[in-house]
Amino acid sequence: MNARDRILSKLKAKMPSTTPALPDVAGWFATHRVVESAADKAKRFRACIELAHAEVHAVTSANWLAKLLEVLRAKQINKLLVAEETAHGDAVLNDFPRHGIDCQTYDLPIEAWKSEMFQQTPASLTVARAAIAETGTLILWPDADEPRLMSLVPPVHVVLLDAGKIYNTFFEAMQAEGWANGLPTNALLISGPSKTADIQQTLAYGAHGPKELVVLMLTEDEQ
Amino acid sequence: MSEHILEFKPSEGFRARSKAVVDNPFLRQSFRGAMDFLMSKRAAQFPDSEELESLRTLGESIRQYNLAKLPTLLEQLEANLMRNGIQVHWAETPDEANAIILGICQQHRAKLMVKGKSMVSEEIELNHAAEAAGIGALESDMGEYIVQLAGEKPSHIIMPAIHKTKEEIARLFADKVEGVDYTDNVDALIQIGRNVLRQKFLEADIGLSGVNFAVAETGTLCLVENEGNGRMCTTAPPVHIAITGIEKIVEKLEHIPPLLSLLTRSATGQNISTYFNMISSPRKPGEKDGPSEVHLVLLDNGRSQAYADEQLRKTLQCIRCGACMNHCPVYTRIGGHAYGTTYPGPIGKIISPHMLGLEATSTMATASSLCGACGEVCPVKIPIPELLMRLREEAFTAPHANPAMVGQGAGYSWLMTSVWKGWAAVYRSPSLYGVATWLGSRFSWLMPSKQGAWTSVRVPLKPAPRRLRDMLKERGE
Repeated sequence: MNARDRILSKLKAKMPSTTPALPDVAGWFATHRVVESAADKAKRFRACIELAHAEVHAVTSANWLAKLLEVLRAKQINKLLVAEETAHGDAVLNDFPRHGIDCQTYDLPIEAWKSEMFQQTPASLTVARAAIAETGTLILWPDADEPRLMSLVPPVHVVLLDAGKIYNTFFEAMQAEGWANGLPTNALLISGPSKTADIQQTLAYGAHGPKELVVLMLTEDEQ
Repeated sequence: MSEHILEFKPSEGFRARSKAVVDNPFLRQSFRGAMDFLMSKRAAQFPDSEELESLRTLGESIRQYNLAKLPTLLEQLEANLMRNGIQVHWAETPDEANAIILGICQQHRAKLMVKGKSMVSEEIELNHAAEAAGIGALESDMGEYIVQLAGEKPSHIIMPAIHKTKEEIARLFADKVEGVDYTDNVDALIQIGRNVLRQKFLEADIGLSGVNFAVAETGTLCLVENEGNGRMCTTAPPVHIAITGIEKIVEKLEHIPPLLSLLTRSATGQNISTYFNMISSPRKPGEKDGPSEVHLVLLDNGRSQAYADEQLRKTLQCIRCGACMNHCPVYTRIGGHAYGTTYPGPIGKIISPHMLGLEATSTMATASSLCGACGEVCPVKIPIPELLMRLREEAFTAPHANPAMVGQGAGYSWLMTSVWKGWAAVYRSPSLYGVATWLGSRFSWLMPSKQGAWTSVRVPLKPAPRRLRDMLKERGE
């Protein structure tokens, strides 16, 4: 008998004969969480993520590129990692080089340019799949176009969020999108820039991941 | 249980370690301040007591539901992880777990492993085993990195370096990190750690992490963290090894939101942690980063013993938030290192006997005031005081056949048992009690003036010269 079989046989020998009823998670959320209007959700999301030290800018489809450029200039960043083959990535690629921003793409597996990614990539732009109002959380599902390290290694991470895709709660997001039927390689909830309070309970940002998180919240009417 | 672990007996020297902390005003101040801070942060996250209670009830029911189905869920988890391309390994003992992890490292000719925060890896002493095998194991959580640099172990499961002041850390960095001058500016210290560890994330062959929750229905490993080092360890190196106790499993993805909310709010008083990382497979074709291999090591190490007993099984409900230690008057005074166990504080006292046996831990359950604070704050309602009473009984009653725990009766003493039996007999019988108090009042002068630890800070115990019943009799009542 191997370790697996020994562990399982010990557990099975003492498994309770009856299983309690499946906990009613949906019922709990239905009675304990407010359901807000789109505008209120956006407001609450913004308040929560700003409290976690993120920088939020309300933008529209007409002005988000200009706002992004303004943000980069204010931070004296002249190089941005973007995804090809995405609408937002291509928009940046078409526009930013003429403004003096060097646009880099993630077109090779990380092994080919790991040092460059870690040492010479000051900022990145990715898109959020959705967000959660209750906790001020961005939901990212990295993929072949926008791989996992894009939202982690560059010291400044800019996220484009469609304000129409904000859910009230994490539970609502996973239920509405049917996450239990299939998750990607790595699904992520991000609620601010990297931080730690490990030294004398003093909060410090930029522990290992991005030091700054910038959210461009896309709405049709600028708020 | 492995020979390696049985050699370690935290009970030995527990009093001396506790006394050393109690006698150190700086450490006491440090723990007091940190615990007050964590308690107030948690309280601020739960302003609505009705909501808190209903969420705790939900959390308890989720943990109990999943534990009731544990073996079935482990099989389901294994099947779904394998379907997703994650390799699953099982270990009964710390030695087996180390052998599996180091075997994977050796297959890849690994020289450096970067580690995310994992108390289970502390439990198996992975760093020592890796070092013995010639593999560097570097902690990358800032607190863990600090305690590793200092040659220490974590003193708290959530905040490993909570016992250190920023000045101590500043001196440590100046002494141990090449090219670093003394600075006690916290931002600067964090940047020093960031710079050192970023280079290591880039170079490492293996990334190791713990697991906060494993989801059976989707074959997903979930990690809760703030720093991003967990994401680095699970994404940058070519191989990711995760290790978890067999109890950290839920059947449904929908079980995660309530548990995550209870965990982050109870642990550090955060609405949510900065990162919640859900890993369901290695790098897929076409993806440009992430490890090409992901492994999960499922560790028993005494958990199946706790599982076998209906009452002790509740120990496994724990989601490792650390709230019980933050609110424990004993932990607050003696700190985490005094316990000598991987898991300190109230949760440590109820889980460690299953990992190390009662021979090694029999006095731990006595280091409690039974004030009930740990049970009151536990987000999944583990009845910790009740379990401590049970462990006292297991440790100190006479050994018998078919014990529920390894080392049952390890603390048994014929003398102590006889004294308590005598005490119980006297207090049960009015006539015996009368005789005892009569003798006590007449011969109170025989009581010694030095009565061990009691008289170190108190006046000696001495029966009153006249009994209450005699005084009442005199008054005719």
